[in-house]
This record gives sequence, structure tokens and C-alpha cells, in this order.
Amino acid sequence: MRPEPFGALLYHFGTRKLSFLKNRTIVEVVNSLCDHPDARSACRAAGIDDAQHAPYLHALSVLAQSNMLVKGGDDGPC
Amino acid sequence: MAPADSALAPVGQPVPRLVEQFEHGLDAPICLTWELTYACNLACVHCLSSSGKRDPRELTTQQCKDIIDELERMQVFYVNIGGGEPTVRPDFWELVDYATANHVGVKFSTNGVRITREVATRLAATDYVDVQISVDGATAEVNDAVRGPGSFAMAIRALENLADAGFSDAKISVVVTRHNIDQLDEFAALAARYGATLRITRLRPSGRGADVWDELHPTAEQQGQLYDWLVAKGERVLTGDSFFHLSGLGEPGALAGLNLCGAGRVVCLIDPVGDVYACPFAIHDRFLAGNILSDGGFDDVWKNAPLFRELREPQSAGACSSCGHYDSCRGGCMAAKFFTGLPLDGPDPECVQGYGTPALAQERVKPRPSGDHSRGTKQGPIPLTLMTSPPSPDVATKAARVRLCNESPV
Repeated sequence: MRPEPFGALLYHFGTRKLSFLKNRTIVEVVNSLCDHPDARSACRAAGIDDAQHAPYLHALSVLAQSNMLVKGGDDGPC
Repeated sequence: MAPADSALAPVGQPVPRLVEQFEHGLDAPICLTWELTYACNLACVHCLSSSGKRDPRELTTQQCKDIIDELERMQVFYVNIGGGEPTVRPDFWELVDYATANHVGVKFSTNGVRITREVATRLAATDYVDVQISVDGATAEVNDAVRGPGSFAMAIRALENLADAGFSDAKISVVVTRHNIDQLDEFAALAARYGATLRITRLRPSGRGADVWDELHPTAEQQGQLYDWLVAKGERVLTGDSFFHLSGLGEPGALAGLNLCGAGRVVCLIDPVGDVYACPFAIHDRFLAGNILSDGGFDDVWKNAPLFRELREPQSAGACSSCGHYDSCRGGCMAAKFFTGLPLDGPDPECVQGYGTPALAQERVKPRPSGDHSRGTKQGPIPLTLMTSPPSPDVATKAARVRLCNESPV
């Protein structure tokens, strides 16, 4: 993940896929995923109201579908 | 741009479109083209870099490695290596291995001269390396007229070697011209035959391309034909965002990609002597940002070069400001305008609204090239040492790969 003024760029060396995180809040959420049991907790910790979670959860699911986010655990990144 | 574009904007805080943010430049380029040498075994009539002879000042192996270290620090994800013919550098495979070992992915363009069976086998065993074979005709007749006798057979042999070795998804890279535009379906079939992906790009009047552009660039009618083909069949075709000047022909978003001139904002070029230019199509003093060796390194040039700072400022639409299509094409390609002698704040020479034609008909002065490395000009030939060692098979799997410079926004 590469920080940028608008948010961050993500690159997957395996799939050669480039993704964009379009604001700094979503960058903070992604960076803190390892510290939380689930995505909603990470969103709350980043100060996002529950009512505003939907676009963030959607973004995380898109990242997960493209293997940009992978499950933590013993073999995972966390 | 994706629907999620706005969905990720926090409520009450409108965020500019990503394209607008890109126009202000990034902390490091997304795509960086690196011409490793001006030496080439071919002499294509449209060569962007007027290649042929090696420049005696070309970067040493260590200087190249230092640049790779810097690219890693800047988190430049990958480089597009070209030339000249990059594989004729004796240290080419060493540099490829060094880059991938240091988290800088490599895509290299080649005419296929060094893609032997052995090299193909080694490449098939590596990850993080993409290979792009240049072909400018789907038949030897059309290809060799531009790239030289025997060049089609050489490229096909390289594709065969890669396919036989199990290298998946090579790229076939085509510069679209007046003479091959009717072969787009044949190019797609050629790519399919070798399990490759087709990539087509725009002919630029840069380098030796300036001398042949008038005869080779697609006619206005052909531009429409190309646009229709891309919309109908372009889903799995790479374009490197090359044809954004055509976007005024249809609905916004019909063409994949950012449709933005990324020069000095999200892309740039490093040439064989370490000069940094705004884009691969702009090798001219006018677009020279600085030199990596003498101006404090690549990071400093990228972030602080006055030229790049200027390119990241809002650009004047000039003569295009009254055109309803300016939002789609943004005035087209800066390099195409410059090298055809047109003002930078006016229409692209291939403007789809037809404004380029009268502009080209007016008196104009085409800029003289800043450098020419063609063989048979100026100084005599410089002896080359051709490499003999193929890349080392250091990484295990050849992974799936998707479009390189295309975006998939979240």
C-alpha cells in the first residue's frame, strides 16, 4: 500500500491489479483491520458512524474479492 | 470511473473525482517507462526514441541498481522496460532479477530477438515479469514494412517459444497505423493463438515517428473504425490509456481507462542516460525534467522538477475551451501536438471533432529532434556486447495477471 494525498494506491504483485483507496478514512480502516475482530469494529474505531458504514464495508468486500485483502490468522498478515 | 467513486466520499465532504486528483500528480508514478538502451537490432520507421546505436553515456549496471533501490523506496510498483531493444544490454537479466527481488515488478518490451527457448523457459519459471512482444502487422508483409525484413518471423518465434515453455499471457503490442487498422481482428486471433493478450497503442509523431506520421497515422474515418472496434471488442484488449483522444466519439466512460494525459503526473520516462522526461512519447528538451545522476536522484526530479510542477498545475484549454467534448478528451495528447508543430493548448492533430485538420493545414514549424540514435547518422557504430546468460529461475509460480495500468477503483 502506497500513501497518496488522496488516500492510497494498492498493488497486488500476483494479479498485477491496481486499486485505489479514495480517502484517508478507508486507508485508516484497512490499516487497522488486524487490530479488530471484524470490519465494523474497524470502521467504528476510525470514527465512522454506524449509519455510514455501508460504502466502507462495500469497499472492503471489493478488496477481498480481488484478493487485495486476505484473511488473517496463523498464515495471514496479522 | 467506478460507481464506488462517490460512495467512498464521506458525507457532506465532496471529494474531487480521482482523475482530477491525478492531474495534481502523485507522490510517485504509477507507471514508469525506463528505456535501458538506445541500442537496437532493428530500425523501425516509427521508433519513438530514434533508437539504433548505444549512447556511450548509458547508465552502468550499478547506477541502474541504485535507481531500482530508489524506486523501491518510492514504492513504484513496476517499471515498463524498453529501449532500443533492452535485452541486448549484457546486464539485462541481472537488472530484471534485481528489480523483482527488490519489489519492483517488471514488464519489458522486446522485438523478440533474445527470447530463445532457453530464455522462455527461464521466464516461465519467474513471477513478476511480463513480456511484451512488438508486432505492427498481423502479416509479415504489413509488419516488416514498418519494423524491417524478418522482424515478423522473429516476433512469432519468440511468441512460440514463450507459449511452448508455458509462459502464460504474454502481450502482443501493436502500434495502430493506417495499414494495420483493418487487421485488428487478426491481431486478436494471433494473440489467442499464443495464449497472449493484445495490446494496441496510438502512433505518436515522436522520434523517427515524426518522419512517417503523415503517411502512417490512421485517417479520420479509421479513427471512428478504431473507436467502434474498441467499444465492441476492446474489453480484453489493453490500450495503456492510449486512445483518450477518441473519447469524444461516444458516451463518457465507453472507453476503458482513466482517459487522462498522465505526463509528469502519473507517468514519466527514464532514458538510457538517466534523463527524466514527462512521458515516453516526449523525448525532447522541451519535456526534459532533469537527470537522475546530476539532479539529486529520481525522487527529487519527480517531486520538484519545475517542468513536472508546471504539468501538475491546471492546464489551459485554450482553443478547445469552447468545445463541448473538452471534458472527455482534455485536448488530447501533448506530445502529438508538440511534434506536429501544433500549440499545446489547442486541439490534438487527430481531434475527432475535426479541429486538428485545419490546424495541421496552417503554417507550422515542427520542432527539431533533440537527439537521434539512428544507425547511419552522425558518429559510427558502437560495438555491442550481446548478453549470453538468461534470467535465473528464482521465484516459484507464474501467477494470474490482470490489466496492468488499468484501474479497478474501490
